[in-house]
Amino acid sequence: MHQLQFKLFGEKAILIEWFPEISMSVLNGILDFQSKIVTNNYPFLETIIGYNSLTILYSQKIVNYENEVEILKNIYKSDFQIPNKSNYFWEIPVCYDAEFGLDLKEISIKNHLSIDKIVTIHSETIYTVFFIGFLPGFLYLAGLNPQLFMDRKPNPRLKIDKGSVGIGGKQTGIYPLNSPGGWNIIGKTPLLFFDSENEIPCFATTKDQIKFIPINIKEFYEIQESVANRSYHMIKKQSND
Amino acid sequence: MIRVLNAGFFTTIQDKGRVGFAKFGIPISGVMDSYSADLANHILNNSLDTALLEITFGGCSLQFIKNTMICISGADFSPTVNQMKIPLNTRIFVHNNDVLSFGTRHFGAFCYLAVKGGFLTEIKFNSRSFFQNITDDFMIRKENLLPFLEFHDFKSSHASVKTKKSYFKKTKIKCFKGPEFDLLTKNQQNLLLKNKFTISKDMNRTGFHLVEILENNLSQILTSAVLPGTVQLTPSGKLIVLMRDCQVTGGYPRILQLTEKSINIFSQKITGDTFVFSILKL
Repeated sequence: MHQLQFKLFGEKAILIEWFPEISMSVLNGILDFQSKIVTNNYPFLETIIGYNSLTILYSQKIVNYENEVEILKNIYKSDFQIPNKSNYFWEIPVCYDAEFGLDLKEISIKNHLSIDKIVTIHSETIYTVFFIGFLPGFLYLAGLNPQLFMDRKPNPRLKIDKGSVGIGGKQTGIYPLNSPGGWNIIGKTPLLFFDSENEIPCFATTKDQIKFIPINIKEFYEIQESVANRSYHMIKKQSND
Repeated sequence: MIRVLNAGFFTTIQDKGRVGFAKFGIPISGVMDSYSADLANHILNNSLDTALLEITFGGCSLQFIKNTMICISGADFSPTVNQMKIPLNTRIFVHNNDVLSFGTRHFGAFCYLAVKGGFLTEIKFNSRSFFQNITDDFMIRKENLLPFLEFHDFKSSHASVKTKKSYFKKTKIKCFKGPEFDLLTKNQQNLLLKNKFTISKDMNRTGFHLVEILENNLSQILTSAVLPGTVQLTPSGKLIVLMRDCQVTGGYPRILQLTEKSINIFSQKITGDTFVFSILKL
């Protein structure tokens, strides 16, 4: 408990912070707290997960902050065992062809790696989904190999196509929607990472794992078509943590 | 039903927004000025989560295809029905073919048009609030048809509410310290609380950027929650007051958090308006 910090965040939210690092143990702590809040029927409106934080939103103004923090601490201490939510391991087809990998060449020069090597490193890593934010369906992924770290572009592009896979600083991610953006684009996936027609608009969730599978441009368009007519079957496996 | 004759600068359907979908990265959205929107719905005896039309800076013109009762609250854009001036914050009966238009802006930035029973546009993730890639469109356009249920009971009284114009002139924006406020030096804290700030041209439903710069060397934070009313400080010293359509997480230090009331007051400000931040004791 000593490592947790509680902060009042406006009138209707409490921010709980863990040690500022990106790690599975911090993520597990956050998820543990989140499920204890739910299983204890603690009244809240919404929770928002960050790399090392859990923000609890309330529908009413917080009247007695100290008291609320006490209640939360006791909930966190409770050893109520929650059934382990099953997580999935998703295979995400990505086409790293030059047509989509707009910045592969630049990364290759700056980081002294061949384009093939960049693709190999990027696609052999297993990434963990920490949370979704920034844009609807944007997965914050941990696990990028430091050899691929690359500063954001000084001048962001006005439009990046949805499905574009990029590198921004120490992170890699997929643009779920068309958006302006400053990340270095290395490929594109034909899968939808945000589908507003679906009651559950994002297939992946916190603690799921992701691996990128290189595909060629022909396969890209084939998958894109089957995604469009909703006949594509995602490749997922039960993840064993 | 309303037929849109002229959509104006930026007109959207809004209600109280989407709660419970942060896990998908879906913003809360909802009316910018919930005080004024509540007033309009309240005067019509609508529930406060009823969807209404949010009109930015006026310029819009709407034709009614059904009888109903309306109420306009918030900013004053000189509304008229069939070119006859109509008052704000008052029940107005409108009939098939009547044309409601907005003209010169007197004060405020967002005006609300409530109809009895509310607009019945599509619901996505428990809300009718327009948002790009979530609802079919992110603003209304010419020739759009906006559905609502016909209302005939014209015996209802002409209820109205007097409001204070001073609401739109307040220059003290009340807030709490944000989670990273204490990372600022004493000098930076003083500058933040003593200086006047100006709203820049860069303002929309996502956030209002301020003109003045607050020099700092704060490092970015690990991505964490942001809320409507969060004031972010970028490495270049730019201050951004996040508004209703803001994303759910961000990486800039959160130095202040506006009160709910202040978000409403702040939303009615426009480019060039000046104000001061005033911190409330916890």
